Amino acid sequence: MLNQRMETALTTRKLTLAYDRATIIRDLNVDIPLHRITALVGANGCGKSTLLKGLARLLQPQSGMVYLDGTAIAKLPTKDIAKKLGMLPQSPIAPEGLTVRELVAQGRYPHQSWFQQWSKEDEQFTERALTMTGMVEFCDRPMDSLSGGQRQRAWIAMALAQNTPILLLDEPTTFLDLAHQIEILDLLYDLNQTQGQTIVMVLHDLNQACRYANYLVAMQQGAIYAQGSPIQVMTEDIVREVFGLESRIVPDPVTGTPMCIPISQRALIKECS
Amino acid sequence: MPSSWLVLRSKQLPLSLRVDRRTPAILLGLAVLSLAVLVLSVGYGEYPIAPLDVIRTLLGLNTNNADHAFVIYTLRLPRVIVAFLVGMALAIAGAILQGLTRNPLAAPEIVGVEAGAGLAAVSLIVLFPSIPVLFLPIAAFAGALIAALLVYTLAWENGSSPIRLILVGVGVGAVAAAFTSLMITFGNIYDVSQALVWLAGSVYGRTWEHIQALLPWLIVFIPPALVSARELNTMNLGDDVARGLGSPVEWQRGLLLLITVALAGASVATAGTIGFVGLMSPHLARQLVGTPHEGLIPTAALIGGLIVALADFLGRSLFAPIELPCGVVTAAIGAPYFLYLLYRNRNA
Repeated sequence: MLNQRMETALTTRKLTLAYDRATIIRDLNVDIPLHRITALVGANGCGKSTLLKGLARLLQPQSGMVYLDGTAIAKLPTKDIAKKLGMLPQSPIAPEGLTVRELVAQGRYPHQSWFQQWSKEDEQFTERALTMTGMVEFCDRPMDSLSGGQRQRAWIAMALAQNTPILLLDEPTTFLDLAHQIEILDLLYDLNQTQGQTIVMVLHDLNQACRYANYLVAMQQGAIYAQGSPIQVMTEDIVREVFGLESRIVPDPVTGTPMCIPISQRALIKECS
Repeated sequence: MPSSWLVLRSKQLPLSLRVDRRTPAILLGLAVLSLAVLVLSVGYGEYPIAPLDVIRTLLGLNTNNADHAFVIYTLRLPRVIVAFLVGMALAIAGAILQGLTRNPLAAPEIVGVEAGAGLAAVSLIVLFPSIPVLFLPIAAFAGALIAALLVYTLAWENGSSPIRLILVGVGVGAVAAAFTSLMITFGNIYDVSQALVWLAGSVYGRTWEHIQALLPWLIVFIPPALVSARELNTMNLGDDVARGLGSPVEWQRGLLLLITVALAGASVATAGTIGFVGLMSPHLARQLVGTPHEGLIPTAALIGGLIVALADFLGRSLFAPIELPCGVVTAAIGAPYFLYLLYRNRNA
């Protein structure tokens, strides 16, 4: 199922993650492919956000290891990790009055020091991130005056200014309307295509995951149930096991990728009558 | 590039800095205002001295009046300087606390830190009346630290809501105030009256000796506060974002809390509990120079100094010859401001 030669950006071995005493993930092994878009999918509470936090060293493992480019992440200084790996948590909140440009400039933190607080490079990467996300025209606006979609774009711009080869995002499209969801996903897809950035994101919408990701990781109760290309993972059996949902998988009429049509009670009743 | 930023960058050395474009002019304006208040305040009193003579004396020029130097240097100047320094320290403590907790209502006087420092200092005055003033800041620091740790453990777990932090802080403050009253009830009447004047938040009768006790704390703890501006900006985005950016969050938070507690404790030890300065100054500063802490901390510091110096001047002049402690004046302005902030944040 998994190409053995596949280059990995992030790897976990026997990773166990817990909040206080509740163990969420036990002995998990996963390989995140380099230069690809990986989507973590699964039911609520299956541990996908927790895994993302573990990968981004926001959560200390109870046991096991995360490897970044083959090096144990626990042995790397946190600032060095931040130069290679950017993480955007779920719905972050900006302090009142902070402007978009100030927020985006924060992404340069790992590249700065006490003496070098705003280098030419910092300026260039901040500008580039603002341009790529189409936020230049809003750059002097306070964050709290923006719409949800613009705000999310500003946060992504901050992560882009960090200029890391790996980018982790926890549900980057929540609370956005459909048009803005597609806009954000297109932006991430472009980044992956043009910059070769490795992207790992938690997504709720299976069809979007199939469209945008090269690699799907389906999780169930803190373990990986299936992983592979969307065609391999998105089957009627796996959807039934992972989500407890009967479905029909058909080719997406636009992209040809698998598309999951849920069979609801109501549809069944209609079918029978 | 940006019109809103002022960038200082060395061509040869890896040295650069970025602040809001408005910052230098604002700082200069505040400094001039502060000096004006200083001159007015020093000149005002039962023995009035004209502003020009005050300036002459301060510059070391002869004013043909031997009394001037004595009145200014021995009686009035230390008091005004103490007021200004205490205001600065409280404002910096407030700015750090607000950034650290991401809570616009946080301030050393609101979350019980000042009350803790007050209790420790009053205990020292009442129980060991003969102890020199030099030890007051240390006791106040210990009291502030205990209060801060208490509030931290009771309210800060798992990113609790802003209002919870305030409620627990007010609770801890109330308990500390109750114990302070207990001390006052059982203490020797002479020591108690001394403690009472001090508790109301006053710079009355402060001398160079007090400045000597306060200054080392400011010299040690203000520079790291200024240097930590970048860390505060990052932590202001929330723990997860800050960690993702590579900030050593736990370590930084401990250091910043220590700075807050030290600055608040030292100022309480010097001038008692002067309320609402640590709350108001960062807000006013944010209006002037925006959210980033590089400009915010120095601006808040000057505003805090200005507020306390002005409050002391008003307290002396408004109902002369009756003298109001400056803590009463700041409370009269600050309490409504706090209510306004509470109202604005009611949905948080």
